[in-house]
Amino acid sequence: MDKKSDQELNITNQVTENITPAEELAYELHIEEVMSREILSLYPDMQMQEALEFFRTHHISGAPVISRDGDLIGVLSMEDLIRALRVTDLEAPVEKYMSVQLISVRGKDPVVEALKKFVTKSVGRLPVIDDAGNLIGILTKGDITRGLLKALQRDYQVEEVRRYRARHLFEDIVSDRTSLILRYNIKAHDFTRGGAASTNIKRALLRLGASPQLARRVGIAIYEAEMNLIIHTTYGGIIRVEIEPHQISIDVYDDGPGIKDVNLAMKPGYSTATEEVRELGFGAGMGLVNISRCVDQMKLESVLQKGTRLRLKIFLKQNEIVGEGYPANRENS
Amino acid sequence: MNASDLLKIVSGRLLIPDIDLSRPIKGGCGADLMSDVLASIQQPEAVLVTGLCNPQVIRTAVMADMAAIVLVRGKNPPDETIELASKEGIPLISTPYGMFDICGKLYQAGLVSLEKPISEDDYTCI
Repeated sequence: MDKKSDQELNITNQVTENITPAEELAYELHIEEVMSREILSLYPDMQMQEALEFFRTHHISGAPVISRDGDLIGVLSMEDLIRALRVTDLEAPVEKYMSVQLISVRGKDPVVEALKKFVTKSVGRLPVIDDAGNLIGILTKGDITRGLLKALQRDYQVEEVRRYRARHLFEDIVSDRTSLILRYNIKAHDFTRGGAASTNIKRALLRLGASPQLARRVGIAIYEAEMNLIIHTTYGGIIRVEIEPHQISIDVYDDGPGIKDVNLAMKPGYSTATEEVRELGFGAGMGLVNISRCVDQMKLESVLQKGTRLRLKIFLKQNEIVGEGYPANRENS
Repeated sequence: MNASDLLKIVSGRLLIPDIDLSRPIKGGCGADLMSDVLASIQQPEAVLVTGLCNPQVIRTAVMADMAAIVLVRGKNPPDETIELASKEGIPLISTPYGMFDICGKLYQAGLVSLEKPISEDDYTCI
């Protein structure tokens, strides 16, 4: 038996035993979706010698045998060939050695039915028939593995396409300096929606190809800032995120009430939050401190009665560049 | 350890049906102050043990890439919390035990802490 199919069998035997994670798919997928439609078949009056050549030229280790009328009448496997070889009977017709005990599956059945047959009967391939009994394809364990993998991949593909498109955004648009600006209006005291903007920003960064660590760092900084807008402002505020391949600039601003003492506000543990806010798990005076830990540059300006502006910058290293960068015409800034 | 093992260890009740419980859990973090969670978590795939049950707990878990949440002392979170957890795909578990009990049980089961202690410089809280 050739090496390739040997390995294939080992892998799929494992798959058939530990089917749990793929189980759902095995029930969902139909045999006709994963089988090979290209049917390489033999005739019963061919010589075993010809069958051997046929297997060798097509790199297969078994094939169905059909009558001249097209009916499925048997299956010839490599083992049958070996039996003939052992007694040097290669001139005999295929029908002498083929297995006539036909184990087939129906194309409309779920893949799991075929898996059961592979486990209980020791066959390497199963002829697939339609409702009328016509041969419509051949199924090996390798076909099932490939089919399951393809189906799994399909589930991920939608998100992958989104990611791919986002990642190439910066490459496809030609300008001296391209950036993507995301803007979010945050309502004051809207605790239920609190964190929605930061979740969306984090997701956008991941789609743009940011590493999970970078996305987490930016997400945490913006989340704390978002909660500050919700907790402390009179009318809410705005989060503006500018994403460039080499840096992320975050601007969080509001129109009041402003911070009395900016230095004091920056002190760990200092807080003016109400009991209600503390019950939400915030307002312990750690927000700004957390933000400063997550970013490379932080500027906090505030005018009492007027408003507050928090500016953050995160510089991206060569290996964490977002959107695959546009190094050819990148500005140094 | 995965979420399914976690459910058994804390004798918990899963608040979201039909959720993937196979996601691995690499360590733990226990706090009621979400800013502490955000500040101390440096690695993904932690379980968050908390007594809070508002939607901010889920948001925090999303930000910190957490793998599961255990609500202590039989908390029944509001619908918004459950809906958000379900949308974000984070297993939400309620346990009758308290925070100390749960942390102890998880530690005994071999789960490490993923909380980073604060640095010497920051050790100035009022």
